[in-house]
Parts: sequence; C-alpha cells; structure tokens
Amino acid sequence: MESTSELPVSLIPNHGSWLRYLSFSLDHKVVGIQYLVTGFLFYLVGGALAGMIRTELATPISDYLSREVYNEVLTMHGTIMIFLWIVPVVNGAFGNYLIPFYVGARDMAFPRLNAVAFWMIPPAGLLLIASFFIGGASQSGWTAYPPLSLRTPALGQLIWIFSVLLLGGSSILGGINFIVTILKLRRPGLKMMQLPMYCWAMLGTSILVVLSTPVLAGTLVMLAFDIVAHTGFFNPAIGGNAVVYQHLFWFYSHPAVYIMVLPAFGLVSEILPVHARKPLFGYTTMVYSILAIVFLGLIVWAHHMFTSGTPPWMRLFFTIATSFIAVPTGIKFFNWLATLWGGKIALNSAMLFACAFIINFVLGGITGVALAQVPFDIHVHDTYFVVAHFHYIVYGGTVFIIFSSIYHWYPKITGRMLNEPMGIIHFVFTFVGFNLCFGPQHWLGMNGMPRRVSEYDPQFTLMNQISSVGALLMALSTLPFLINVFHSAWRGRVAGDNPWRALTPEWLTSSPPPVENWNGPAPHVEHPYGYGLVETTP
Amino acid sequence: MKTLTLRASVITVLVSVGLILVGLAVGQRVEMLPVQASVNAPVYDELFRVLFSIGTMLFLGICGLLVYSLVRFRRQAGDFGDGAAIEGNLPLEIVWTAIPAVVVLFVGLYSYNIYERMGGMAPLADHSVMHAMPASDPDNGDRVWGGISTVSGETADLTVDVTALQFAFIFHYPEGNITTGELHVPEGERVELRMKANDVIHAFWVPQFRIKQDIIPGQPTVLTFTANRPGTYPIICAELCGPYHGGMRTSVVVHDRGAFDQWLTKNTPPVA
Repeated sequence: MESTSELPVSLIPNHGSWLRYLSFSLDHKVVGIQYLVTGFLFYLVGGALAGMIRTELATPISDYLSREVYNEVLTMHGTIMIFLWIVPVVNGAFGNYLIPFYVGARDMAFPRLNAVAFWMIPPAGLLLIASFFIGGASQSGWTAYPPLSLRTPALGQLIWIFSVLLLGGSSILGGINFIVTILKLRRPGLKMMQLPMYCWAMLGTSILVVLSTPVLAGTLVMLAFDIVAHTGFFNPAIGGNAVVYQHLFWFYSHPAVYIMVLPAFGLVSEILPVHARKPLFGYTTMVYSILAIVFLGLIVWAHHMFTSGTPPWMRLFFTIATSFIAVPTGIKFFNWLATLWGGKIALNSAMLFACAFIINFVLGGITGVALAQVPFDIHVHDTYFVVAHFHYIVYGGTVFIIFSSIYHWYPKITGRMLNEPMGIIHFVFTFVGFNLCFGPQHWLGMNGMPRRVSEYDPQFTLMNQISSVGALLMALSTLPFLINVFHSAWRGRVAGDNPWRALTPEWLTSSPPPVENWNGPAPHVEHPYGYGLVETTP
Repeated sequence: MKTLTLRASVITVLVSVGLILVGLAVGQRVEMLPVQASVNAPVYDELFRVLFSIGTMLFLGICGLLVYSLVRFRRQAGDFGDGAAIEGNLPLEIVWTAIPAVVVLFVGLYSYNIYERMGGMAPLADHSVMHAMPASDPDNGDRVWGGISTVSGETADLTVDVTALQFAFIFHYPEGNITTGELHVPEGERVELRMKANDVIHAFWVPQFRIKQDIIPGQPTVLTFTANRPGTYPIICAELCGPYHGGMRTSVVVHDRGAFDQWLTKNTPPVA
C-alpha cells in the first residue's frame, strides 16, 4: 500500500519512540494521536480565553480587559475552539485513528495527504495565537461580519483569514481522504451496511466538509481582497453588500455545526452498545437519518439571518427546513435510548459522559427547534440565549463525547486503563460546571443581555456570577483529567487487547495496535454490534 | 406475557398523559420573559409558552427514560453476559419518526400563525434585498422590510428616522424636527422606525417589545411597533459593532398621548 508496508518495522523512522509523534508520520494511528494532542493543547488555550471572558463578565462594568482586547479574546475563543479543537479532534483524531480499522484497512487511502493535512494545523494555530502579540488579533468575532471586519485593525483580521483558510484546507484534504477510504478501501466482502456507524457519520461529515468549506474559503478570499485591495464585494460604502457575506459565511458555518456533531453521533453509537452489551438499535434508520441530516444541513443556513432583512418567504422556508432536522435527530436519540433499554449497562466514565451528552444535547435541540421559529428567534437572536444553545450543542454535545471517547479508546491507544474514580470526579465537575455555566445564560438572553458584550445591565450580575462559577468548575475539571491521563499512561492497570469485550475491529488486535493494525489478515466483522448474537472474546 | 404487554401499555399511556399534563402546567406557569410592553409581546409570549410546554414534555420524557434505563438495566457485579439481542423494531421506529414529525409540523404551522398575527407575513413592497441601495438616500422608499410588526399598507401614526453609529442611536422626528438620543413614543399608536447605519451593522432591540432588527449599512430597514405600556425600557444594540458595543444602549420612553404631545412641543426647536 504505502512505503511503510514494505519496510521492516525497525527501519520506520522513529518507530517505537515518542519522536514519531513529532514527525511527518504516515501511520494513521500516529496522525490520529497528533490531532488529538494538538487539539487538546488548543482546547486549553481556548479554555483560558473563555476564563478571561467569564472573569470580565463577573462584574457588570468593563474592568478587567480593555474593550479591544476583550473583542480579540472572544474572537479567538470561538475560532480556536471550533477550528482547532472540535473540528480537528472529532474528525481528524478519531477519524484517522478508527476509520482504517473499521473498513479493514492498514492505513488511510492517502497517508501522505493525511500527514500534510495534520501538519497544516500547528502553523495555522500558532499564527492565530501569534496575532495577539503582533498588532492585536482579529476583533470582529468568529463570524467576521463586514463592514466591521473591514474597519477593525487589518493585520489581525488578515492573519485570522489566512489561518482559517489553512485550517479549512486541512479540513478539505481530510474530508477527501475519509470519503475515499470509506468508499474504496474496504476489506473485500465488507458491505457498506456492515460498517460501524462512525464510518457513516464520517462519510456524511466529509461530504459536508467537501461541499461547504470551499464556499467559506472563497468568501474569506473576497473579504481579504476587500481589506487589502479595497475591492467592494462586501463594503456598502462602495456599492458592496454586507448581507451577501452572511449568506456565504453561513452556507459553510451552519453545516460546520453538523461537521462538529455528526462525528459525535457516530462515536456515541460506538460507545453505547459496548457498555450496554446490546446491538445498536435501528442500524438502518440511523444510517438514513445521518444522510437526511447531511441533506437538510445544507439548506438551513439563513436561520442565522432572520433579523438581517431577509424576505418573508425565505424566513418561512428556512424555519421549516431547520425544524425538520429535529426528525432525523430525534430518531437517533430514540434509537440510542432503545439501545440502552434492556441492556446490561456499565455506568463507567465513558458511559457517564455519553449519557450526559444525551441530556445536554436534548436540551440544546429543544432550544434549537425554538430558535428555528422566526417569531421566537427575533427576540433572542444575538443574545446569550443563542450562546447557551450553541454551547449545549457543541460543548454539552460534542465535547462530552470527546471525553467519553477518550475514556473508551484510551486503553486501545495506550494499552492501559484510565483510573475510574478520577474519571468520575472529572465527569461530576464537568457536568455540574457546564450546566451552571450555560443554563443561566438562557434566562440572561431572554431578559435582555446581548452576546459579545463586556459590560451589562447590573440586574444581570447574579446570573452572570453563577455562570462564571460554573466556568471555574469546568476549568478545574481539566485537572483530574490531565492527572489521570498522565498517571495512567505509566501506572494505569494494563488493559489487555479488549478490556470492554467489544466487537468492532479495532479491539480485535493488540493494545496498542501494531503498525499495520493486525498481525495477519484484517478480520472480517459482519456484526460490529452483534452483542448477544455472536461470541465475544472473554 | 400477554398481561405484561398490557401492563406495559397501560403504564406507557399513563406516563405519556402525565408528561403532557406536567408540560402544559409548567408551560402555563413559566415566567421567564421581561415585562410585556408592546402589542407584539403577548403574542410572542403565547408562542413561548407553547414551545416551553412541548420542550418540557420532551426533555422530561427523554431524561426520565434515560435515568430509568440506567438504574433498571445497570450491570450486576460479575455479570459478563449480553443484553437482549434486539437490533431494531420497525413499527416502533416508525412511531418515533412520526411523533417528532407531527410535533415539528404543529410547531411550524403554529409559529407561522403567530408570525402572521405579528404582521410578519405582510407583503413586501420590494423583494430585491440582494441589490445594494445608496445609503445616502434614506427617503427613496426602497427600504428593506424589518421583520415583525410591519406596516402592511397602513400608514404609521408616528415616523422616526433612526441613525445607528458607533456607538449610539440618534432619533430624528420629522414632525417637529427634533433630534434626540432617547426614543419617545406615544402609547397605543403605531410607530414606524426608518433605520439606517453608515459605519457597521448594528441592531435595534427592545426586549420588552420582543422586537429586533439589524440596521445594515447600504440597506435601510423599517421596523414598526405599537407600545402599550407607559414606562422606560432599554434599547440595546444586539450586533457586535466594535469595542464599545456593550455600551451602545439607550432608552425608549412610552408616554400617554398627552404627555407625548407635551414632550413634542417642549422639544420642538423654535422656527427661526
């Protein structure tokens, strides 16, 4: 397949040494871990920025950061969390680690492209962070709406554009790689409808990435032209149209939400059956609901623009299209509940995070259907209600699943178990902190607090302070997690090949797996969820 | 086995009815929104109560089922067996495809109805929002319609020109030639705001009126409302517009007709 397969293992550069994680490795497992660790480092940076926002908002006056820096911080928080933590980790990290196992391959279809895609991320991220120190970062929010983005300091905005273009490019390369791997690299005899659900989720996500990310790239190039060449695409002062930017931006950035949650839907579909000892309920409807979400996800973008002067027919269409996403999403949630029903559930850390994901995401989904309704949206648009909704989807949803996945696959990656009591402490802090932080923000938004402000009406002080305490708990929750990850890597209980007695192919090899994934031929797994149907290895 | 199924069905029906009742009760009692100060607000709050009721039913139902499953089906120590090998149940899956579909369809139709009652579906004079208009010509009649509480053919009782800029709203009353930083409107009368911005996008939001409209450079907008509760309410900029975005706030004062006329007379500059 690739050159590595012809080399004796001893000749692979840095094989067995930690240095391989700093190299241009072609091993999909190394690339997956590179994505995971890099993403987590950026999560710490984005989290520190969130801490600065919550510190500023602990008092109603703007007294902690200068106003310009506050806007830089909120812009960077959004950009880093989306483009450098959630998208790379939930797609790049778990996708690269798991997809070749799931299709029965020894690597991704294009290992070099894979390494290129990963190595675009660290420079893009460092560039973005560096912009803080060379003239100031972008101040126009992660949405970079013109004309504001044309009038804030140009250097920071241009660095932001360049960095997001790099990250988008990395994302497209990864998406193409996943599509080809899933469609073309399956082990002979393995049918599409036998693939683990995460493959379907990644196929759907990658289709969205490939269709919508180029639109964002084109838009940002036009925005850059408006800044450096004084063209007038989006500049109303010289005949441009600021609302066209919003259409183009959201044509990517709404699907981006599905790029962040669909892989999480796939991962939770892998985790629940293992720890509930039951087949995934309704495999076929799960597949079709992913495809329905992909299709609907592409035609709902203007629900971000109900107050932008969009015409009534457009509002009506986007309300209906958006609301209908609740149907395939609802199917998935009912199927997960049915997967748990009648199982033998082990309530470990992986499972706690997965079940909390269901609770958080259902709340985020309910507020999402409400926000899709034009008359409801008009009052709460651009307020803390939206901030709360969004974080219930991407933090309460996706980040909870990232943690669940780390507890689930850590034994496979390292060969050692994570410590359970520490995991439960991590979970309790995260769950309580998260709900304290974002729950009160629903009320704040409905009662008159807009988003992206550094000062607010003093009547909102108490709720903001509760929110800030929640944020502090979330920050503290990282400590038991980090201690656990480092401690267990050396001192953790040895996991063995298949500690969860799971049936998907990544568990049918050693932990950690050999370079070529299996010593011998790839196993043919016809029933990845055949709990109670096929014999599990003890 | 048959009796068990019957018992399960009865329990399911009872729990569902209970959930619906709890949802309705919570939705009717919830008080989460600010004071209602416009004709628009009670209509909005009606929608909010319905959405809150449905949301409560779904949230409690799903979380209840989840927690019940986690308790009832938890693994006993030393049990390494598998659960029941059920891979799906087509009738059941059709049911839980149909339920959200019906709920979503109901919510969509209902919110359409609400939107119409708010005046949101009134025909537009100009559908061509995609073409740019010169911002320097605020009186060209080619304004983009501002969402809720539109004029729908009727003329407004009071017209105010609004200019949003970093970081203030400026209100100009053609009647009386008054320019002010604080909006004053009469109670119970239809007010039309003709809004424009010259620098960046701003948004005009009065939470107590439940209305919001972006003010977009190059694309003047119209927003109408009828305030019906005397008092002073905040006007908040809701679109990130620069460093002092959080400070871009002012007030709207709703007067009864007599007090408004007094204010108008008192503030009208003498004709030179």
